[in-house]
Amino acid sequence: MNEVFLVYAVVLLLAWPLGRYLALVHASTPTRLDRVFGSLEHAVYRAMGIDPAARMGWAAYGKALLELHLVIALIAFAILMLQGWLPLNPDGIPGMDWDLALHTTAAFITNTNQQHYAGQAQLSYFAQLFAVVAMQVITPAAGIAALVAILRTLLGPEGAQSRTASGDVAVGHFYVDLVRTIVRLLLPLAFVTALLLAWQGVPSTFEGARVIQPLDESAVAEQRIPVGPVAPMVAIKQLGTNGGGWYGANSAVPMENPTPVSNLVETVAILLIPVALLVTAAYLTGQRRLALSIFAVMLVLSASLSGPAIWSENQPNAAFAGIAAEGPNLEGKEVRFGATATALWGSLTTQTSNGSVSGMLDSFNPLGGLAALMGMFINATFGGVGIGLINYLLFLLLAAFLGSLMVGRSPEFLGRSIEAKEMKLISIALLLQPLLILSLTAVAVTVPGLAQTSNPGFHGLSQILYEYSSAYANNGSGLEGLGDDTPWWNLSCALALILGRFIPILAPLAIAAAMAGKRVAPTTSGSLNVATPSFAVLTLGVILMFALLSFFPALALGPVAEQLGLAP
Amino acid sequence: MTAKLQAHRHTPPAELPATGWLSSMRAALVLILLCGGLYPLTGVWSAAGLFPHQATGSLIERDGVLVGSVLVGQSFVDPGYFRGRPSAAGYDPFRVAGSNLSPGNPQLRARAETTAHALAAEYAVDPTRIPVDLIAASGSGIDPHISPEAARIQVARVAEVRGLPQAQVAALVTAQVEPPLLGVLGQPRVNVLRLNLALDALGPSGTP
Repeated sequence: MNEVFLVYAVVLLLAWPLGRYLALVHASTPTRLDRVFGSLEHAVYRAMGIDPAARMGWAAYGKALLELHLVIALIAFAILMLQGWLPLNPDGIPGMDWDLALHTTAAFITNTNQQHYAGQAQLSYFAQLFAVVAMQVITPAAGIAALVAILRTLLGPEGAQSRTASGDVAVGHFYVDLVRTIVRLLLPLAFVTALLLAWQGVPSTFEGARVIQPLDESAVAEQRIPVGPVAPMVAIKQLGTNGGGWYGANSAVPMENPTPVSNLVETVAILLIPVALLVTAAYLTGQRRLALSIFAVMLVLSASLSGPAIWSENQPNAAFAGIAAEGPNLEGKEVRFGATATALWGSLTTQTSNGSVSGMLDSFNPLGGLAALMGMFINATFGGVGIGLINYLLFLLLAAFLGSLMVGRSPEFLGRSIEAKEMKLISIALLLQPLLILSLTAVAVTVPGLAQTSNPGFHGLSQILYEYSSAYANNGSGLEGLGDDTPWWNLSCALALILGRFIPILAPLAIAAAMAGKRVAPTTSGSLNVATPSFAVLTLGVILMFALLSFFPALALGPVAEQLGLAP
Repeated sequence: MTAKLQAHRHTPPAELPATGWLSSMRAALVLILLCGGLYPLTGVWSAAGLFPHQATGSLIERDGVLVGSVLVGQSFVDPGYFRGRPSAAGYDPFRVAGSNLSPGNPQLRARAETTAHALAAEYAVDPTRIPVDLIAASGSGIDPHISPEAARIQVARVAEVRGLPQAQVAALVTAQVEPPLLGVLGQPRVNVLRLNLALDALGPSGTP
């Protein structure tokens, strides 16, 4: 258990300075960081051919974001299809089929990293670097850029918002927010993390697989050990809530996560930036009490998701009753980590939309699987890099709307009225999740031959529900027994991936710009104060009610029924 | 270090930047080269320079022959060797995977029963004394470790096949136990490949 507290403690200790640093990175006035990074950044701006002094309205910001993502996706798709002919392919790996390449591109351009392939056998080094790693750096940076734009527009002090030349509310400059995040935060942090992981044993080489002669040659004659430039990839995979591993079994594989020390580094990296962004929000907007109350709600959610998962995995696996010594559920887990650390990772990975795993979720006890699903339904327990806090802001607006009505005032948030237009956008962004996940699950369950589940009964339903929840939450983890490399799974997941990424970014951006254009009503004793503990409790209630009302029937048919079926 | 947002009102708003397809294309190429090229290249070169042994896969050499990686478990069938955990991947690192069987899946129960009965017969113990990591398949399929209990239960067999005193083999196991770091991080464990290498260093296995 001490390991669990150690993870949370290290995260909190590091998140504080990192969050303040990130606030400095995105400060609107010149800072001393400009001297360190300014010349590299200006070289990048010049190479990109953009004017960093310009400002964009929300529509231009969103358009720049979408266009960049589309172009990168096309390049990545081409790389995946053509990798057999491209360099840096020492193991002679052929190109991907079109549907798998399409799904893989959609999974990485949406910061999800859902993998219907096994990296060590199906991706060349070229594809791992210029498609996978590139998107693993760029997409979390885009998430942070969108968050910073929304924060400065929605929560910034009155009058801080300038106007663009065409008179729209300026939300920032997409490329400046993006490049600053990459150059000043992600690349230096990932570089240090990569060195830590390499020290612990994660491979870093451009040589191909090594052939060794095993000790007991009566078992197998030779063993080929896949290596590669793994360490830099694993570092950004953990830090950027990406989750897509170099190897098929992700961070359960000893080359990807060799020791308990690397496990601590990688577990901390899952939570670090999402927690740090709350500190950033506090310093960037001046709304420190609001940020603190958001942190409190998220911490309560995090503990109530991690706790049951850890308890559950320390219970025996029902399949081993009477035929093994009493012990935790070790099916699909590694001896060096044990049940507690693996369960903590399994829960944190869905709280934050990271999606990496250090043990196989398919073999978790049902309650552990339920905790993982709940994490994705909420998707704002610290949440994905940038997008987690954006998701939370939607719940905050919804709670402000309900809270205002409860005290009999016209709905407002920080003195600005919440009107029909905003509520429509909030509803679309929130309701699309259950609608899409549940209807796609229903289709996959109903049409014979689509589902390809590997486990019978209620757990089979969980496998399907999990795959779509993971796609829409941009999580990427899975109950991996599912036979998911089929055209149906690749295409239907690609749809969920893309809608699940860009609607939750663009709708809040539009809401923030619309709200910022409104007049601020003077604060009176009757105004709704969103930074109070009672409002935090209301928000927590809204989040839980929304997740449970949407998904309780599905959960009852999946993990809950599975648990009841296992009872002796 | 406070960095509150300052008002922009005094600076005249500049023109919208051109965000046509061509400039998006240019930006995409620059970013891909920076993030997918420069970053991993500097990362790999620095890591390989600082930690050359780890960089190529922590390989172990014996008498000039590469006999394995300390990170990768191997399949052992010879009764003169300690054995690792059940693997859904046959200890092939190119097929790393767990079983992905759910606790309620009859296949998991059937596999566990087969393993448990075989081990119970081999070690002449009741199945309820077999450490669970010898029944449960690992997450990666190449887990290099077993628990100290899982090593100790094999001591008598290994000692008999090799014609060594049990106490000597047991001492070897104890010497190979890695405790949790600082008493907190990780689980007590034994690296099976290292243990078997130490065993071989005592003299050849009793079976051909």
